[in-house]
Formats: sequence, structure tokens, C-alpha cells
Amino acid sequence: MKTERTSWGRYPRVKAQPVHPVSWTSEPLPVPPAGGTLLPHGQGRSYGDSCLNEGGTLLTTERLDHFLGFDPATGVLRCESGVTLDTIVRLVAPQGWFPPVTPGTKFVTVGGAIANDVHGKNHVREGTFGRHLRRFELVRSDCSRRECSPTENRDWFEATIGGLGLTGLITWAELQLRRVSNPYILQETIPFENLEGFLSILEESERDFEFNVAWVDSLARGRHLGRGLFYRGDYAPPQFDAVPRARAIPSGLGVPFDFPGFALNRVSVAAFNALQYRMRPQGLVHYEPFFYPLDAVHGWNRIYGRQGFLQFQCGVPMSHAGVDALREILDRSAHSGMPSFLTVLKVYGDVPSPGWMSFPKRGFSLALDFANRGERTYRLVDELDAVTRRAGGRVYPAKDSRMSPESFRAYYPEHERFARYVDPAFSSSFWRRVNGAG
Amino acid sequence: MKKVLVLGATSAIAQATVRLLAARGAALYLVGRNPERLQAVAQDARTRGAARVETEALDLDDLARHEALVTRAEEALGGLDGALLAHGILGDQAQAQGSYAETEKVLHTNFLSAVSLLTPLANRFESQKAGTLVVISSVAGDRGRQSNYVYGASKGALNVFLQGLRNRLARSGVAVVTVKPGFVDTPMTAAMKKNPLFASPEAVARGIVRAVETRQDEVYLPDFWRPIMFLIRGIPERVFKRLKL
Repeated sequence: MKTERTSWGRYPRVKAQPVHPVSWTSEPLPVPPAGGTLLPHGQGRSYGDSCLNEGGTLLTTERLDHFLGFDPATGVLRCESGVTLDTIVRLVAPQGWFPPVTPGTKFVTVGGAIANDVHGKNHVREGTFGRHLRRFELVRSDCSRRECSPTENRDWFEATIGGLGLTGLITWAELQLRRVSNPYILQETIPFENLEGFLSILEESERDFEFNVAWVDSLARGRHLGRGLFYRGDYAPPQFDAVPRARAIPSGLGVPFDFPGFALNRVSVAAFNALQYRMRPQGLVHYEPFFYPLDAVHGWNRIYGRQGFLQFQCGVPMSHAGVDALREILDRSAHSGMPSFLTVLKVYGDVPSPGWMSFPKRGFSLALDFANRGERTYRLVDELDAVTRRAGGRVYPAKDSRMSPESFRAYYPEHERFARYVDPAFSSSFWRRVNGAG
Repeated sequence: MKKVLVLGATSAIAQATVRLLAARGAALYLVGRNPERLQAVAQDARTRGAARVETEALDLDDLARHEALVTRAEEALGGLDGALLAHGILGDQAQAQGSYAETEKVLHTNFLSAVSLLTPLANRFESQKAGTLVVISSVAGDRGRQSNYVYGASKGALNVFLQGLRNRLARSGVAVVTVKPGFVDTPMTAAMKKNPLFASPEAVARGIVRAVETRQDEVYLPDFWRPIMFLIRGIPERVFKRLKL
């Protein structure tokens, strides 16, 4: 069966990729056709080409979505790898549990969350998704099956967390959820005038709040460079019986068609930013708009038109060099004439991940979205990649479609050790690109 | 439906329906051929809140075992107030045209085995004067087309059987729901090229639960198939026979 599968950024585009749906954990993996390769594919929420496999087969896991058990006394959840965080939250939140780490969309699968070792707005406190994994099963193309945990097949456990789906197919996983007395969030929003303003709020916020994230006005320049809004919050205390002001996201909102290419320009981004700057949610909010603001609009990636968009997310050290890199990236973006639609600034703590290839490291994280305008956009992203490299930072593979093989090797010093654990029948467009073979 | 026998429980539509029933706290007796798959569906239903889940691995083509199966399900759940018949095969039209054996296989699974199960179920529900029989048929049963008339005939025969059964059971307060899905994105249709007419098993499952709750007799899922099939049924045979459908 061939269907068009794109990544969330819809760039690069891979035409008609054969898919092999996996429905049951006991199924053997298919043998790829000669010269072809396999790659697990969940909900395709990675932005670039790490979830694509041009010329190969995608092992889709939409039907590998059974719960295998949940203990409401201990918060241990066991499920197949195609289960989404959305499904998990709907099951466990009413029972007083929540995933300890959740990315900005709930439409990611557990398998994808492991393969990209995703993180959330609380990296400083809780680290990455992989840190809360108890065990999982890994199936390889040689038909071997391994249960992997911090004590059992530990090398496979560590290679697979952040391993971009290349070490084999994760069939099921066991997660330790965290108890929440109340899934609603007490939120504060604080405006800041520039990057220095952000830094001055940061220390106190990191100390006093679990969740910290900032939106940055990508068009602000000069002394306003890096101005934006700082959002911080915590799970509300128990028996907080007020009704949250921002409610659950209504379903059914969606972008039904591709916007024309001219829709996103300086003027519309400026209008959006002005609106964003005026909206300052405070007080008790529902967890959905707090954690998953963009999920409210299904298919929001279509506002970028058929050409799609490129996201660039880097992590840079928490140092003068790091701050200078942030400033340079924001400055280049503001002056490029291709404004980033959504710019998000966060911090990472030093809680280590078990994953060798895990992306977050103590420092700042900056994510920008650029509508795909062809060569100009690619050049800009390549420049931002170079700035990141000079600052001793790294770029997030889940969001990337441009980093060079040299950058990849510089960013991920463990890549050689990791490569020995890549399944010989598995590959991805990303993997071939960063290994100079695509 | 609080105590439900699900036949063909590992099929995509049945699984999606089981999830909705489980979340409503139903007790379930799940039947399918593959014990491992059945366990996965059962564990999933338990985790999602089913009051109780029992399983039985059985090939439903073995008609001689149906009567005892219904008895066991009834005993295990302490009675039954619902049954979902979701097992079926698409068959291969080209092969069926060349061999009666293939045709018989399709008729056996889709029609005879359903009738064989519905007979004891209908009698029990009739005598307890309560219950809901939900049977997954197909829009293909509405009119024979050259591309799949063997499958269509098995579902068409089933539709007529269900009409009669509904007519008989109406005065006992037993509901008979004929579910007519169009194309559904399931392993059964894995080989077909997908188009916008394809629905997800989840959407079909929501339609099934809605049909049961609103006590409908015959439901097209998604409902755009009702006008489509109305038009297709209305084409005069003399025209229809020349069409390539």
C-alpha cells in the first residue's frame, strides 16, 4: 500500500511511501525489499525528515495502540508504542495521574516520544521522557526481541532513547506517571522587554515554578530584540475548586485547506505577534491550552501552504557565548525578511537522560518556524546552524531538515557508538543525510 | 448494552467499539481466532474501564460450537443484553467467479455463521424480552455489482434475514441493528487504494454506539452512504447492467 506521508513540517516531501501497518506486538517485522529499509512511523509529528524514509518502507503504528495495563495505585502504565499521549492523558488525568514529561503536542505516540526523547516545559525539574521509562520491548529485523530497562539490556535501552527509531521497532513500553493533585495549572504571564529582561525573570522562575517557557516576538529588533512573554506555572493545589478560565480545547477546529503562499508575511506575523503580546493568560487554566496550545487547531501546519515550513530548534550553553548566539539567531531571523511565525525560548536543566543521543543539555533552547521559501530559507537555516555550532550548541533532529553531516558529528559525540546499535535493515532520510549518503 | 458478547473481537471495527463500551463500564465476552490478539484487546478493554472481560479463542466458521458458545458467554457475564457480530471476510471476487468453493467460504462466514449465531441469541433475547443485536453488514449488500457481488450477496442475504428477525422481535422489545458501513480503513481493505470515502474504524464505532443508543434499525456509516445507496438502488437495471461498478 502506498500513501503520501509527510512529516509535520511537510518539508522535505516524499512522494508515495510504501507503508506496512503493524497492528499487534507479536507480529514479525516484514523483510524489506532488496536495497530497501524500514523505519517506524507513529503520528508523523517530527518536523523534518527523521520520520521519513524515502525509498524505504514505513512501519506505521496507528494500530499498535493497545493499553496493556495501568495501576492507579502506583501510576505505572504499560501500553503499545502507537498509543498517543492524548489517549494516555484522557485515561489517567481523571484518576489523578499525568505524564511527568509532555511535549507541546499531545498527538505524539509513546514510540515517537522515546525515539526523540522528547522534553517539555519542565526539563529543569524532570528531564526528558526517557528518564521516566521503566522498560520497553525492542524488536529487530533479525526477529530478536529484547526487553530493555536501566538494568536489563541497558546498552539497548540507552541507544534506543533518542535513537530516532533506528535501533528497531519499540512494540510496547512501561512508563512511570506522576501523581498530580489537580491537572489544572496555575499560570502567570510576565512581559519582558528584551533578552536581558528574559534572563532577569529566569532565575526566580526556575526556582519557584515547575513549568517555564517564553514566547518571543520575532519581529522586534534593536533594543527590543528578544522581547516577549514569559509563561510560568505549576499544577494547582488540591481542592482548588475554581473553574479554570481557559477551558479544554474544543475539538473540531481545523485548517481545512492549504493557505496560499502569501498568507504568512511580515504583516500577518506582526499582527499575530501584536495579538499574542496582548493576550496574557493568568490564574487557573486547563492543562490542554497550557501544555498543547497549538493542538487546538488541527492541521495548523497547513497555514504554511503546500511548501510547508522548516523549524529550527537549537540548544546553546547557559553562558555569555550562549546568550550571544541567541541574540545573533534572533537578529538574523528578524532581518531575514522571512519572520518566524512562532518563536519559543526555554531552558534546559542538567537532569541527565539515559539516552546517548538525547538532545537537551543544560542551557537555552530556541525554536523558530520559517515558511518554506526555497533557497533563501534553506540558507538562513544553514546560517543559524553555523551560529549554533560556533557557540558549542546543538540542533534537535526531531525538528531538523538541514543540519550537515559535519554538524551532526559535532553535535552528537556519541554517534559512533550509537551507529553500532542501528538495525542493519532500518534507516531514515535523516540518517542517510547526516551520514552523507542522501 | 452492559453485558455484551463480541464476535470477531479482534477486527478493527469491533476493537474500536469495544473501547467505547469498555469506557462506559460494560462487561464483555470477546471471541476471536487468535488468542494473543484477543488478550491484547482484552487487556486494553480492562485498562479502559470495562467492568469485566472474558475471552474465548474460537473459529466462528465452526457452526456446531455456536450454541455452547452463547451459553458460556451468558454464564460468564451473568446474562447477556447485547451482542455485536463483527466477524466477516471480504473474499476474492475473481477467485469466487472461478471456484464455487471460494464463494461458499464467503457465504459461510458472512451469512451462515451469522445466522447460526443469531438463532440462539434471538431466542434468548426474545424470551428475556430485552437485548440488542448489532450486526455489521455492508453497503455492498444493497445492490449486486460485478466487482464484488459474492461478498455483496452474503451481506444482502444477511440484511434480509435481519429485517425478518427485527420484524419478529419487535414485539418482545428486542432491537436488531443492521450496520452498513461503506469503505473502512481496516486490514480487510489494506490492499485497496484509499480515497476520501474511507472512514476510520473509530468513526464507525461511534456511529454504532449512537445507533444503539438511539434505537435505530438500519444505519449507514458514515451517513453520507444513505443518499449514495438510495441513488445506486434507484438506477434501472437495464442501465445498471451496463455500468462498470
